[in-house]
Amino acid sequence: MSALSFIRARHLLIAAALAFIALFLVLPLISVFFAALQKGLAAYGAAVVDPDALSAIRLTLLVAAIAVPLNIVFGVVAAWSIAKFDFPGKSLLVTFIDLPFSVSPVVAGLIFVLMFGAQGWFGTWLQDHDVQIIFAVPGIVLATIFVTFPFVARELIPLMSEQGRDDEEAALSLGASGLQTFLRVTLPNIRWGLLYGVLLCNARAMGEFGAVSVVSGHLRGITNTMPLHVEILYNEYNFVAAFAVASLLAMLALVTLVLKSIVEWRFGYHHGSARH
Amino acid sequence: MITLQGITKRYGQYAALDNVSLEVRDGEFLALLGPSGSGKTTLLRIIAGLAFPDEGRVQFNGEDVTHLKVADRKVGFVFQHYALFKHMTVADNVGFGLSVRKRGQRPTKDQIKARADELLDLVQLGGLGERYPAQLSGGQRQRVALARALAVEPQLLLLDEPFGALDAKVRKTLRRWLRDLHKRMGLTSIFVTHDQEEALELADRVVVMDHGVIEQIGTPEQVYMEPATPFVSDFVGETNRLPGGVHVRPHDLEIIDGTSEPDGHELIVDNIFRKGGVWRVEGIFSDESVVELDVDASLQPPSPGDSIRVRPRRSKTFTPTGAKSHEQA
Repeated sequence: MSALSFIRARHLLIAAALAFIALFLVLPLISVFFAALQKGLAAYGAAVVDPDALSAIRLTLLVAAIAVPLNIVFGVVAAWSIAKFDFPGKSLLVTFIDLPFSVSPVVAGLIFVLMFGAQGWFGTWLQDHDVQIIFAVPGIVLATIFVTFPFVARELIPLMSEQGRDDEEAALSLGASGLQTFLRVTLPNIRWGLLYGVLLCNARAMGEFGAVSVVSGHLRGITNTMPLHVEILYNEYNFVAAFAVASLLAMLALVTLVLKSIVEWRFGYHHGSARH
Repeated sequence: MITLQGITKRYGQYAALDNVSLEVRDGEFLALLGPSGSGKTTLLRIIAGLAFPDEGRVQFNGEDVTHLKVADRKVGFVFQHYALFKHMTVADNVGFGLSVRKRGQRPTKDQIKARADELLDLVQLGGLGERYPAQLSGGQRQRVALARALAVEPQLLLLDEPFGALDAKVRKTLRRWLRDLHKRMGLTSIFVTHDQEEALELADRVVVMDHGVIEQIGTPEQVYMEPATPFVSDFVGETNRLPGGVHVRPHDLEIIDGTSEPDGHELIVDNIFRKGGVWRVEGIFSDESVVELDVDASLQPPSPGDSIRVRPRRSKTFTPTGAKSHEQA
């Protein structure tokens, strides 16, 4: 009797979890594609190749192409110094790396407006030198870097701490230079963790809305990224086009998920295991 | 010859090494023996150039290398957990030291491969060059680490707890093998261990350390038979502490008849078991401390509960003013 009720409880729990996922994740995802294809493939295609849509896609790719590599460099350098060396202010640095996670993206955007906007600290100087950051691509890139910079570092710090310094010291004792040690020993040791962090960083860089929305100025065809373009279309009641562009972002999420799973299963890199 | 003069290393207030001086002769097999926290590994890392002293000097053959980095010291270092590069084959691991040399000094790929194969033969792992470290046993990994360290033709081989991660059987075989290799290659080797048996079996000389200072330097025979301090007597081999600072080894205690003997001590037998070729008798002393003694296996051992009298054949007395040996006539 108790065994039966245990089995029942198990089935009930699994069913509840699946229903929850279906209701809040799968159904909305399907509805995105459903709404996008509501008026047929032709309408879908037209919305995607619309010049403004194409320019939003290009800008999103450009921003990710700048932000992600910079965050790889920053993340590796930060994780390296935190995991392998002791220095004063180390815990402060760790806290700062987490800052973008705890600050609302809108606030992050406003920080940059405050600094580089027309009325901002550097506003006059920038205007004098004819440099535009806010309501232009540089501002979008800065805001995206700010929002995404914890991803790579957070992934690598526990991994590199766990691995310790032995491998690097072994390489150095065999006569390798610092660069050789990094390229031939450290980098291969962290490659799957790094790839994992890059995937998450990239997904967020392409999907970021709040911070980018504040600094972008929403200039159609100029400073609109994909998420901003979706919002504009939606506010114009252009639902098919809005969902068509949104479906591209949804596909990015799906591709990220699949790649993430491949990294986890195929190469034995478990996200949780690096945390111990 | 390696000379260490007044080496001091502090971590905050704590002195990991306190004014340590030591000479290592060419061709010598030297053990740094001590419990954890004794500073033995720190000393090894300072000799290697993986750590640097706050005070003192390190000299190799009269040349000051105190501030030289590990890469410039021509030492081979075998890490406690081997630190093999997981993503490289065994042959690539062994050849690593040659492959990172500057262009011009770097051998060709084929030469590196040939050298790696040669070294793998030397450590009896011929034919395993294409495997990855994860596919090897602990003892095999240890030998790969050794071959990798030897590939750069070091003048000095340094080993940090070389047998620490191996099971007892493999450990024993590898010990003997390492001893042979050291002799055959004419190396100077220093290894760190917390295992006194290992130090006594392998080393030409043993450096016993505790709390960042050297307690005694001597041959295994000297360290075991003539411990300079109570710590050495306690740490190297088994020791019973009797009242009055008297230290006596279990095999130096004998059971005596009668009560007239002035040196005799009364014991109540608590436990008896077979230990190799002897009976090990554990007795309780009058002050409730445990005393261990060995009884020849051919003799009838006492039974638990028996009251026996024992006498040290050979003992060492440590007083605040010094140490004194006693030999029973």
